[in-house]
Amino acid sequence: MAKISSVKVDSKIPEGPLAEKWTNYKAHQKLVNPANKRKLDIIVVGTGLAGASGAASLGAMGFNVLNFCIQDSPRRAHSIAAQGGINAAKNYQNDGDSVYRLFYDTIKGGDYRAREANVHRLAEVSGAIIDQCVAQCVPFAREYGGLLANRSFGGAQVSRTFYARGQTGQQLLLGAYSALNYQVSQGTVKVFTRYEMLDLVIIDGRARGIIARNLVTGKVERFAAHAVVIATGGYGNAYFLSTNAMGSNGSAALQCYRKGAYFANPCYAQIHPTCIPVHGDKQSKLTLMSESLRNDGRIWVPKKLEDAKALQQGKKHPNDIPDEDRDFYLERRYPAFGNLVPRDVASRAAKERCDKGFGVNNTGLAVFLDFKYAIQRLGEDVVRQRYGNLFDMYEEIADTNPYKEPMMIFPAIHYTMGGIWVDYELQTSIPGLFAIGEANFSDHGANRLGASALMQGLADGYFVLPYTIQNYLADQIQVPRFSTDAPEFVAAEKAVNDKIAKLMAIKGTRSVDSIHKELGLVMWDNVGMARTKESLENALKEIDRVEKIFWSDLRIPGEADTLNIELEKALRLLDFIEIGRLMAYDALNREESCGGHFREEHQTEEGEAKRDDENFSYVACWKYTGEGQEPELLKEDLNYQYIKVQQRNYKN
Amino acid sequence: MDKNISFTLKVWRQRGPKAKGAFETYQMKDIPGDTSFLEMLDILNEQLVNENKEPIAFDHDCREGICGMCSLYVNGHPHGPATGATTCQLYMRRFKDGDTITVEPWRSAGFPVIRDLMVDRTAFDKIQQAGGYVSINTGGMPDANAIPIGKDIAEEAMDAAACIGCGACVAACKNGSAMLFVSAKVSQFALLPQGKVEAKKRVKAMVAKMDELGFGNCTNTRACEAECPKCVSISNIARLNREFIKAKLKD
Repeated sequence: MAKISSVKVDSKIPEGPLAEKWTNYKAHQKLVNPANKRKLDIIVVGTGLAGASGAASLGAMGFNVLNFCIQDSPRRAHSIAAQGGINAAKNYQNDGDSVYRLFYDTIKGGDYRAREANVHRLAEVSGAIIDQCVAQCVPFAREYGGLLANRSFGGAQVSRTFYARGQTGQQLLLGAYSALNYQVSQGTVKVFTRYEMLDLVIIDGRARGIIARNLVTGKVERFAAHAVVIATGGYGNAYFLSTNAMGSNGSAALQCYRKGAYFANPCYAQIHPTCIPVHGDKQSKLTLMSESLRNDGRIWVPKKLEDAKALQQGKKHPNDIPDEDRDFYLERRYPAFGNLVPRDVASRAAKERCDKGFGVNNTGLAVFLDFKYAIQRLGEDVVRQRYGNLFDMYEEIADTNPYKEPMMIFPAIHYTMGGIWVDYELQTSIPGLFAIGEANFSDHGANRLGASALMQGLADGYFVLPYTIQNYLADQIQVPRFSTDAPEFVAAEKAVNDKIAKLMAIKGTRSVDSIHKELGLVMWDNVGMARTKESLENALKEIDRVEKIFWSDLRIPGEADTLNIELEKALRLLDFIEIGRLMAYDALNREESCGGHFREEHQTEEGEAKRDDENFSYVACWKYTGEGQEPELLKEDLNYQYIKVQQRNYKN
Repeated sequence: MDKNISFTLKVWRQRGPKAKGAFETYQMKDIPGDTSFLEMLDILNEQLVNENKEPIAFDHDCREGICGMCSLYVNGHPHGPATGATTCQLYMRRFKDGDTITVEPWRSAGFPVIRDLMVDRTAFDKIQQAGGYVSINTGGMPDANAIPIGKDIAEEAMDAAACIGCGACVAACKNGSAMLFVSAKVSQFALLPQGKVEAKKRVKAMVAKMDELGFGNCTNTRACEAECPKCVSISNIARLNREFIKAKLKD
């Protein structure tokens, strides 16, 4: 088993009562004066909600920002695909919402595995995010009276989710992108598109720059700065099939890990309950159907096994099954929250039904999401107004009309709660290296609630990092700009070039994707929705096997010193292999079930996740110990002072 | 259910912006109808790698029709024959067994080819950087409900804001005009009170940048609207013209 360090990790939570910690922190932190800000350079890697909002805000404050993205424009980052909405404790609906309640719901939704102080801060700044976005002209949905509209989301009993049709992520990202563009026009931010970070440069123990490859020319280049911010999203593509974009990857996070940054809770991966089921083996990704659909759609499978069999064989049509023969299993099991239970609960419930043979498509791996009842209640026009674009998208992919027959859905990998470990200041265990958004591990515990990713990304970028990074940079004002001729840069660049040369020299027979698909299957089958000691040990063996194939039989056509898509993918896959291993180590170590991490050995009699607070109420921080070596485990204890830790209950 | 189809694919291959390009022909066999167009290209690329040939370069990312990264001129249409959808949302069931399918990059002076089907659209970023924003910093904003905005106005702004910046409008236009793209952004800001404050400065700056970057003029052929994967309306172009004239008259 993993080596466990006796060193306790310090998260630097400020003193004082919970509700005053952030205010006190801001009142006493160190600041950088405007004249000095201009002399300080900050690299921000990634241009999603966290990266773009962070880069824009730092630029607006007067820092000199270098912002990198792998796509052809900052606006392409995968935050753009978020559909449903963004939470904020505005209580505009007068339904009893408050900062405390958003904080409480988030901690509970995360199955008591997130830090109280961080989550409270997140809830505190949530309202300002909406104000900021409205000021940027984000066209949120409104009521006839001209005020902002809200909808409800999983894991909450109030309506606190703001939305822009089914394209909230797009509109928020375009808002952050416009803020970024303003800063570009002011000369404070320089954007590098089609660049991929390939290593972190450390000088005297501090993050001082990155090595990045220009994806068009293939040239490996050096960039120096006083601080580096990672905002590169999650690592869900380790599973190959996920709702992530094709280019989404965990490489920047893994490079930081290899340079000494702790990787926290890697096993916490969110499996989203409402995705279009897998078809065929040529599929490149899975498509999410927004959680907002669960507001009006009812999830069911047949009560009778013979009906399920007939559906699987295509001998029966779902509309032919009468209401009394339908098992609305979420409403049955969780009367209080019904179809709006959190994602991990909904996903496991779908798996439970399908495992018992009640799946409704030809693979037996799908359940129904039915709008018949909503159409009866509200009329087709209202349903079209609310979900029209999602229904059109579903019809285009699945070739059936969801107004006439139920959608078929199944859980899929969607988001990773784990990530680079950060303290209260969003600083990693490497001084000068910060991580924001999905790339860090904080705030969501073991399960993220719907509409909270957008909130966290923008909270980190607009309202947290711009403060906390100053506390670090205030000591750096005497440090002159670094030359990229420093030996540390030379060595890091050489290491990257050597790695690329090694990959190009394999000259085997297998494409990157074919190996990636193999890794994905290993991960889904062994480190997926339900895990056991046996499956996780098997995963570690299988990952070794996949890695051997990678190093012995990979083929990358073309040259390294020019645009080479296969090389880009190979570099990412190499890191996914290591991430897969980390996930398996972490899942093996965490001998309890919590949130998105479900160990079959640890469940209640009713099949619910059974936590072990006595032994596992900690953040698992994994420290790199060298190539091919088992990582070392460090623990950050979680202390709940303001919330009573209990078993999550969505039943009553 | 969906049937498998076989067809001929003619794909534009071009090594770099200055290199001479040409069509290459590939035979595709037994492709399931529920394969997306880009997954079909993945299958072809897998075959090419297996033959130790360089795969076809094309831009793509989210594959959900929202990031705007995918492009492709398929059988003479930007984003292919389907209306209101991007190339990544195009499914092979739209094609017939025995078809010949021609795939080209966006063709426009404003979007030089990088390689094969991949083009450089940084001109769009530059237009946005010229004025596609509200000049505010972070923090200190009034409460989000301080200024009520009519539902119809918010909806109209949202219709314009739905633009994904893919460039299909430019590729569809015989003049290579970027008016639909620019007008969508100008409209979103001009419709909302927070954006009205600097509407005049914005429209002049964005139009000037668009002209400077070599995009053509609008002659109202409406090809852009017909091919836009998000169905952005050319009424936005009318609004852009009004906003532009209003701004110029104030000079």
